Formats: sequence, C-alpha cells, structure tokens
Amino acid sequence: MSYGVYIPKYRIRVDEIARVWAHGEDVSEGLKVFEKAVPDVDEDSATIAVEAARAAVLRSNLDPRRIGAIYVGSESHPYAVKPTGTIVGEAIGTSSKFTAADFEFACKAGTAAVQACLGLVASNLIDLGLAIGTDVSQGAPGDALEYTAAAGGAAYIIGSKDLIAEIEAIFSFTTDTPDFWRREGMPYPEHGGRFTGEPAYYKHVASAALGLMEKMGSSPEDYDFAVFHQPNGKFPPRVARKLGFTAEQIAPGLVVPWIGNTYSGATLIGLAATLDQALPGQRIFVTSFGSGAGSDAFSIEVTDRIDEIRQNAPLVRDFIAGAKYLDYAMYAKHKGKLRL
Amino acid sequence: MMTMKTRAPRFWRCIPQRYNLIGTHCAACDEYYFPPRNICPNCRRDARIEEYKFKGTGTVITHTTIYSATEDFERQTPYNLAIIELDEGPRLTGQVVAPPGEVKIGMHVRPVFRILGKEGERGIIYYGTKFIPVEG
Repeated sequence: MSYGVYIPKYRIRVDEIARVWAHGEDVSEGLKVFEKAVPDVDEDSATIAVEAARAAVLRSNLDPRRIGAIYVGSESHPYAVKPTGTIVGEAIGTSSKFTAADFEFACKAGTAAVQACLGLVASNLIDLGLAIGTDVSQGAPGDALEYTAAAGGAAYIIGSKDLIAEIEAIFSFTTDTPDFWRREGMPYPEHGGRFTGEPAYYKHVASAALGLMEKMGSSPEDYDFAVFHQPNGKFPPRVARKLGFTAEQIAPGLVVPWIGNTYSGATLIGLAATLDQALPGQRIFVTSFGSGAGSDAFSIEVTDRIDEIRQNAPLVRDFIAGAKYLDYAMYAKHKGKLRL
Repeated sequence: MMTMKTRAPRFWRCIPQRYNLIGTHCAACDEYYFPPRNICPNCRRDARIEEYKFKGTGTVITHTTIYSATEDFERQTPYNLAIIELDEGPRLTGQVVAPPGEVKIGMHVRPVFRILGKEGERGIIYYGTKFIPVEG
C-alpha cells in the first residue's frame, strides 16, 4: 500500500577506507561500490526504522491506528532483548492494538517481515501490516566487510485495498549454510570469505528466483525491472545475467554503488528505488538474500495508484543526492569504533 | 549481581512528549502548551483542554554549542542546543543536528527521530525528537 525509505546523509568513500588499511586503489573497482552510508552519532537501526515508517505513513496519508502488526527485520537491533517494533509503533502513533516482533535473518530479515505481514493480511487477521528492513551494519576495522557495511532502511505497509503494487506470488529457498554469522555478544560478524559467493549468494538467489518463475510459469522477459540483494555492485549483475535478466532491468534498483550494503534494508531500498520510477502496469521481480542462508523471491505488479502518492515522501535519489562525506577518523567516531 | 540504577520510569512517562511532541491546546482561547498543561492559565475553569500533537516545525530563538559535556553526552560533542519556538507558539529546548556554526537565529527547523542518550552500555536507550535545519 505504501513504502518509505531513510538513508543517513553521511558517506565515506571506499577509497578512504582502503587508504587507511593500504589495501590498494582497486578495492572500489573490485567491489563496484564507491561509497557507503554512515549513520550519525545519534542514529541506530531503530531511528532509521522510525524515519522510514513515518515516510511510508506520510506517502499514503493513512491512519497508523489501522496497523495490526509491526515486524522489524535487522541484524543490528539496538537491544538484544526489547523489540524495535515497539519503539516504531509508539513513534508513528499506532494504537496499542497490534502485534510486533523483531526478525533476524542476516540481510533478508526485511523481506521475511514482508512475508509475515502478507500472510496476516491475506488471511484477514489484520487490516494493515508494517514490515521494515533496517540496519546500521558492522564490519570489523580492516575486514573486507568494512568497505560495504552501511546504514539505511525501508518500510512497507502491506494491505489488501488501495494498493500501489500487488505482490502476485512469493517463493523462498532456505538451507543451513554457514557463510556469515555473528555469535551472541560479539560486536562484529565473521564470514567465510570467498565461500559467501557460489554456495551462498548465487545458489540461494538463483534457486529462489527460478523457483518463483517456475511456480508462476513466468520468465525474465515478463518483467520490466528486477531487484536482487546487493552486498556489493558485482554480485547482482552477475546473478541477473545468469538468470537471463538484462542490465537495464536491474539498473533502477541497483543503489549499492552509492550507499553500500544496507543489509536488511538493501533489497527493500532497491525495490523502493524501482518503485520510485515504475509506471502503472509494470512488473518487478525481487529476490533477497540473507546469509545463513536463504532467499525470498517476489513477483510484483505496479498499479495505477503509484503515480498519485509517489511524490508525497522523499525518493531514494533524494537521499543519495544529499550526501556529506566523512574521513576515516570521523567515520570511526560516528560508528562508535573509538573505545575510551 | 548489583541491580543497575535506571531512569526508565521517568523516561517512560515522557515518551509521548519525546517521540511525538504531544502537548495540549485550549480550545477556548486557542493557546498551545508544551509540555502539556491540564489547566489553562488564561481561561481557568472555562478552559477546554484537548491533547495536541505539535507539527514539530519551528524557529531557532537562540542557540549554543556544547564542547564540554556531562558524562552522558560526552561522546556526542560538539552538539548544538537551541531554544526553538514551535510554529504553534510554545518554546522548548532541543538539540539541532548540524555542524557547529551552521545554526543561526531565525533558522527554520523540522523534527527528526534520534537517540537522545543512553544509560551506559547496559541501560536503556532514550529515543526522542531532535531538530534539523529545513533546507532551502
């Protein structure tokens, strides 16, 4: 029914991080990521979730008291125990008559939240559901993840009437694959290096995408746009090509070169950037990926209402345009990497 | 283990004000109050007090920049404190998120949702409203 995005305005260039660790000048080119979004000192995944949710409510001008479920997906919830969704509900002015829980599935917790809302709405148990993917993701200083681990989020209001886009079908693919993890109490995640590619990202994204197309009897040509989870600028074009999607189909939603990998926000921000320019009747193919590992695929058709409400809230490109650049020292301060 | 000292009850009581600037309005004399008042000093017994959610847009009346803060805020320095006059009339003290030197008297601001403070590493996180300059 509506969507909203928030991306902090601070950026650090990948070249600046590479300078500090003397990793050479080709890191940025290798990852196809030029800069990443950095939160302000007083921002976290809850504040980002609230800003994105407020934008979603504003965009469709709906009464937040209609929301019956809030699911927030993140791997950087500010509390280990105390749901982010409770803070979001209070801050956007819902009634207290809603259910909430925090989701975690690495980078796909946001799309899992969309699925949960979809189920509750489709079975008429709630009027509206609010699904959010938000992260202030962490990369250990000097680790490969530090080049891309970024901050941002997107919120989607799921309903059954006054739609701006219809979710036609979903398909998921999940296995036990230890490609990336963070143990309880640890500040930074660990990963399997090159192992994160073939057996993790490519296998799960391709399996979910092919599974959905098989289920629907559709093919890449039936879609105007495609959005794939974007941990860097290299993986999504490669998986798109493998599946038969073109560079033009993924271009509007490929925002990782300018904001980095926003983890739980990444696929949903990519979808938002695509909705920012999609026309009524056009179809969008979406596949997320979360380490651990799994993928959720969605087939979406945009409706006439999109043109009415699109301009009521900031577009993804408005956030990309307003960037302020930090050096590594200021970045370390913003991310709380300095310990006293 | 020692129980930590928390100000959770005090923070919890102020959540409507901190998150959404919930104040009151007297429908009899059209005066707005923040923080909320249950009695209108203008109208007394004739007051018609109702809850009111402020838009959060306002103007900087005066401001200062804090470089040397108390323990709870020392990781946020430098930060700007300002007295802001909300469009509906009441004045409040709040942080303006902007580089020092960019805050000006008369500047228009709008609300954002931010972390106001934390009770160290183990305690609760205080969320609430700060302000940012309205661009253009």
